[in-house]
Amino acid sequence: MGWLGPEEWQALFLSLKVAFWATLLNLPMALLVSYALARWTFPGKQLLNALVHLPLFLPPVVTGYLLLMTFGRRAPMGAWLEQTFGLVLAFRWTGAVLAAAIMGFPLMVRAIRLAIEAVDPKLEQAAATLGASRAWVFATVTLPLVLPGLIAGAVLGFAKAMGEFGATITFVSNIPGQTQTLPSAVYSFLQVPGGDSAALRLVAVSVAVAMAALIASEVLARRATRRVSGQ
Amino acid sequence: MSLSVDIRHTLGDLTVEVAFEAPGGITALFGQSGSGKTTVINAVAGLLKPQSGRITVQSKVLLDSATGVNVPPHRRRLGYVFQDARLFPHLSVEGNLIYGSRFAPRGSIGLALAEVAGMLGITPLLQRRPGSLSGGEKQRVAIGRALLSHPHMLLMDEPLAALDSARKEEILPYLERLRDVTGLPILYVSHSVAEVARLAATVVVLENGRVARTGSAEQVFSDPAMVRQLGLREAGAILPATVASHHADGLTELAVSAGKLLLPQLDLPPGAKTRVRILAQDVILSRDAPTGLSALNILPGSITEIRAGSGPGVVVQLKCGDDLLLARITRRSALTLGLEPGVACHAIIKSVSVARHDVGHN
Repeated sequence: MGWLGPEEWQALFLSLKVAFWATLLNLPMALLVSYALARWTFPGKQLLNALVHLPLFLPPVVTGYLLLMTFGRRAPMGAWLEQTFGLVLAFRWTGAVLAAAIMGFPLMVRAIRLAIEAVDPKLEQAAATLGASRAWVFATVTLPLVLPGLIAGAVLGFAKAMGEFGATITFVSNIPGQTQTLPSAVYSFLQVPGGDSAALRLVAVSVAVAMAALIASEVLARRATRRVSGQ
Repeated sequence: MSLSVDIRHTLGDLTVEVAFEAPGGITALFGQSGSGKTTVINAVAGLLKPQSGRITVQSKVLLDSATGVNVPPHRRRLGYVFQDARLFPHLSVEGNLIYGSRFAPRGSIGLALAEVAGMLGITPLLQRRPGSLSGGEKQRVAIGRALLSHPHMLLMDEPLAALDSARKEEILPYLERLRDVTGLPILYVSHSVAEVARLAATVVVLENGRVARTGSAEQVFSDPAMVRQLGLREAGAILPATVASHHADGLTELAVSAGKLLLPQLDLPPGAKTRVRILAQDVILSRDAPTGLSALNILPGSITEIRAGSGPGVVVQLKCGDDLLLARITRRSALTLGLEPGVACHAIIKSVSVARHDVGHN
C-alpha cells in the first residue's frame, strides 16, 4: 500500500465501485432503449432519442445541477426517494453512481443500437418459423448476436463512469472517503501546493485501469465477434 | 386437403388474389418474379398478414380475416426453408438443427436428429460452424433444421435458386428422398421449370398475382396453352416411366405407356418409378413409322391439339398410350404433313436429348 496513500486508495476503490454499479444498472436499460430505438416505431421516438443523447451535449456541470434540482434532498423526487426507500443520492456515493450512469448512458445506447441494427431480421423470422416466440427469439438469436456490441457498450460506459468529473462533483461534491472519485482526487491534489506527485500517481493509475479495461474488452469482443460471424 | 389458401393482398402495384388447394406431396407455386409467389408463401408462414383471406393447414385454421383468427408464425408449425439458408451464425450445425425441436410440443411425432442428418448427408458436418459450409451444405442444413421442428408441412421458397447448377444437382435427390421418406406435404415456390417438372405432383401457376392454371404436373406441363408461361425452350411434357432394364451399351430402358424409351444410363434399379421430362423442342413428328433413323425412341400416338402462337411455330399435343406429349414444330411442317387433331403420327425422341436432371424419381 506504500505507493498510494490511503486517500488515493479510497478514491481508486470508490471510482471502481461507482463505475461497476453504473455500468451494471445501465446495461438492461440501455438494451431496452436501444432495442426500442432500433426496432420499434412509436410516437415520441425522436424525443426519446434526444433525451438519451442530451447528457452528451450538455455541459456536464449543467447535468450535475439538473440532477441536484431533481434528486436533492429538498427536491420533490429526492424527498420521495428518501421517504419511500430511505435512499439519499445527493452528496453520497450512490449519487455518484447515478451521475456516472447518466453520463455513460448515451455512449452505451449508441454502441448497442448499432449492434441491434446489424442483426438481420430475417434470422429472427427464421427462428419464429421454427417455433420460437418473440421472447425466445430475443433470448436465443438477437441477444447472442448483439453480444459484441453489448460488450463494447459496457466498456465505453465503464470508462466514461471512471472518468466522469463535472456532473459528479456538482451533484455529490468532492468529499474525501465518501464522494471523492479518482478524477476528483486528481483535481484536489492539483489545487494544493506539493500535490503534484500524488496527482501524477493517480493519473498513472487511471491510465492503467483504462488500458486494462480496453484490452479485456478487445479480447472478449473478438471472441464474441468470431462466434457470431459463424466461424 | 393438406393446405387450402384463399387470400387477397395489395402491395404497391401488385394485387395478389390467389385461391388454391394443395393435396399431399409437393405442390409447386410456379411463376416469374413479381407474380406473387413469395407473398403467398409468406402469408402461409404467417410472416405477412394478407388484407383478407383464409388459410388452413390440415383443417387447422391459421388465418381467417372474417373471424379475426391469425395464428402467429411460431405457433403455425410450418417448417420454412428460405432461399438464403438463414442459418444462425452463432450456433454450430448441430445447434441449428436442434434449434426448433425445443419448441416442438412434447410427444410430437417426427424424425430424430440422426435420421435427418443421415438422410441429408450432413452427419459429418454436425460440429462445423455455418460460416465454413458451402452453399449446398448450408441449404441441406436449413432443410434439416426445418424438418426437426416437427412441422405439419414444409414451405420452401426457391431453395435452390441461390445455388449453381452442380449444387442444384447435389440437392435435388435429397428433396426427392425427403418427399418420399417423410410424406410431409411441401409447398415449393420456384421459377425454375426444370425443378418444378422434376419434383412437383401438383402445380399452381401464378401470373400477375392470379392463378393462371392449376392441376397435376402431368396436366399442366402437357397443356399447349401453358407453353407461353413456361417459356418456349422450357416447355415439355412429363412422362411417368418405370425402369425396365440396363443394357450393356450404357443405355437404360424405361417402360412408358406407349412403349419403351432408351435413355443414357440411369443409376436407378429396375422397377423404380421415374418421371421423364421431354422438351417440346426435342420431339420430331413423323406421319409414317420412320426407318433408317439414328433416333432410338419412336412412340406411336395421335394428335389431340394443335396450338399456334404468334411466331412461325406451333405446339402439337399428342396422346401416346395413356400419356400426353408436346412437340414444337414449325407451322410449315404442320401444314405440309397435314397434321390436325385425330391424325395418327409418331413422336421421335433422341436418347441423348434427355438430360439426367430431367429424369426424376417418382
